[in-house]
Amino acid sequence: MNAPQHRQWDSLRQSRARRLERAASLGFGKEIPVDRIIDLLEAVIQPGDRVCLEGNNQKQADFLSESLADCDPARLHDLSLVQSVLALPSHVDLFERGLASRLDFSFSGPQGARLAKLVQQQRIEIGAIHTYLELFGRYFLDLTPNIALIAAQAADADGNLYLGPNTEDTPAIIEATAFKGGIVIAQVNERLDKLPRVDVPADWVDFTVLAPRPNYIEPLFTRDPAQITEVQVLMAMMAIKGIYAEYGVTRLNHGIGFDTAAIELLLPTYAADLGLKGKICTHWALNPHPTLIPAIESGFVQSVHSFGSEVGMEAYVAARSDVFFTGADGSMRSNRAFSQTAGLYACDMFIGSTLQMDLAGNSSTATLGRITGFGGAPNMGSDPHGRRHASPAWLKAGREAAGPNAIRGRKLVVQMVETFREHMAPVFVEELDAWKLQKTMGAELPPIMIYGDDVSHIVTEEGIANLLLCRTPEEREQAIRGVAGFTPVGMARDKHAVENLRDRGIIRRAEDLGIDPRQASRDLLAARSVKDLVRWSGGLYAPPSRFRNW
Amino acid sequence: MEILEFRFDSTPGARPNHPALCGVVGSGNLEILVQSGELPDCCQVHIKTSARGFGTTWQAVLGDFAASHAAGGTTIAINDMGATPAVVSLRLAQALAEYQGGAQ
Repeated sequence: MNAPQHRQWDSLRQSRARRLERAASLGFGKEIPVDRIIDLLEAVIQPGDRVCLEGNNQKQADFLSESLADCDPARLHDLSLVQSVLALPSHVDLFERGLASRLDFSFSGPQGARLAKLVQQQRIEIGAIHTYLELFGRYFLDLTPNIALIAAQAADADGNLYLGPNTEDTPAIIEATAFKGGIVIAQVNERLDKLPRVDVPADWVDFTVLAPRPNYIEPLFTRDPAQITEVQVLMAMMAIKGIYAEYGVTRLNHGIGFDTAAIELLLPTYAADLGLKGKICTHWALNPHPTLIPAIESGFVQSVHSFGSEVGMEAYVAARSDVFFTGADGSMRSNRAFSQTAGLYACDMFIGSTLQMDLAGNSSTATLGRITGFGGAPNMGSDPHGRRHASPAWLKAGREAAGPNAIRGRKLVVQMVETFREHMAPVFVEELDAWKLQKTMGAELPPIMIYGDDVSHIVTEEGIANLLLCRTPEEREQAIRGVAGFTPVGMARDKHAVENLRDRGIIRRAEDLGIDPRQASRDLLAARSVKDLVRWSGGLYAPPSRFRNW
Repeated sequence: MEILEFRFDSTPGARPNHPALCGVVGSGNLEILVQSGELPDCCQVHIKTSARGFGTTWQAVLGDFAASHAAGGTTIAINDMGATPAVVSLRLAQALAEYQGGAQ
């Protein structure tokens, strides 16, 4: 037998100790002076490190990101970014300036066009586009960060952190980094002698820096009711009557967008008139959408757990602690990892929108020239085979799909789209742009957001297609064409087959659901402006200035 | 500006004396006036639109409307500012329901 090879078993810990020694030799304690942050970053980060720059679609460690982008690429290069979003200009600067070379992420939103360009120029290597929970999972397996640059509301002298309402991804990132030999650096908005509550204990945090301005937060989930159209009201009426009511959906997640905002604003009016209060939409995995305020105030909503907070909703959330999760200090506690888990396993329905859908029901928000990623949609818009507990909605969907003896239920995964986007771009297409993007990205798979076999229903202005009831791929294709309106895909329908699907209740039009088109009016919305939302909240909701026009 | 004229067969419907007006001329929207026409089994449509080159789509949207509604005996005038087919279909259904009356 060979003697066991000599191996060093604590190389991560030793590497961490050397990094901390380098920082100490430059005179750094735990609190870093703001004008020396670049010195610190260059001291503790090494070429080839995996770096997580905290940011998601809401709060951003923007000061640390800009500081990292200002580091010397001769010293820091070949960094591999493992992070939820690539949303800030400085995130992209890291690649353009030669500091970072590889990216594993979930969402790129506003930087989607710049990202696509970098990919075409082969200046960035994309590992994969993930859903959030999947990326968090990989933090604990093969993508553990060496360096976490995170954003907190406040730190005390010991380095304990208070995260405020926007906890978001911070716990998942710090857990993975701090317990696997990594270094955690936090930018904070303020230093306090006593924190309102301790969200991260000091010994998980190596350095804190008081940022020159509060971290950026995007009010991503605020939708102005004034922009909701009557077509969206019509679609919302169909969704409520044809899906929410029929399945008795109580536990759900809504995507971002005006389509689902319209549903939220019809709960106190249309849904209440249908006698659905207490029967639908009681428990939510949802950010505190301002458009949910009227439903909460009307008593529709029992509980909301949030991925993050929303700018302007702080005082309202704090005053509604029976509904929202709040800390001992009274302010909201959000947590993306746990809310995504709720979205996966505890929700009976996900309803969201997309930019493109093909004839198998596959959908993608990645279109030519824009790589936007998916965020949480692939997770919440999937039917989890690990689920074991039953609920009426889940059972009904499962039995529709597999017959009365089905041994499991199905999550309702609903895609809600108008058949044309702006500039008459059809949503329904023969082939997703994702396939061409796969080639330009050199990726193993096309960037599909929600797989067609997970989709249960499609809602368009033309009606609802129930894909659970389709028995063949051909039926499925005609069901999709049958609600694709006047897009080329919709015009190419087999009219006879579509009428047959309608007779069988697989396709249902507004008139089949007993909906009078004259009722599809903005008058049906519980709030028709941001000011109405403020009024509903009793003055507690404080919308950001860009949403104020009074 | 483009002017389009169509005529579709359609099941005869109620023909009240009062015309109905629905919608507004605004970006992405349209105004529809429905009134009594000459032929009881025909729906005649006159369109003024700011978006040129969508004649085939108009024909499909209006043809589908005439086939699925009892719109015979009407003349429909449309002033359009780039409404999508979704908006056009909804407005047509609203305007006809308004014209023919009946309980909501």
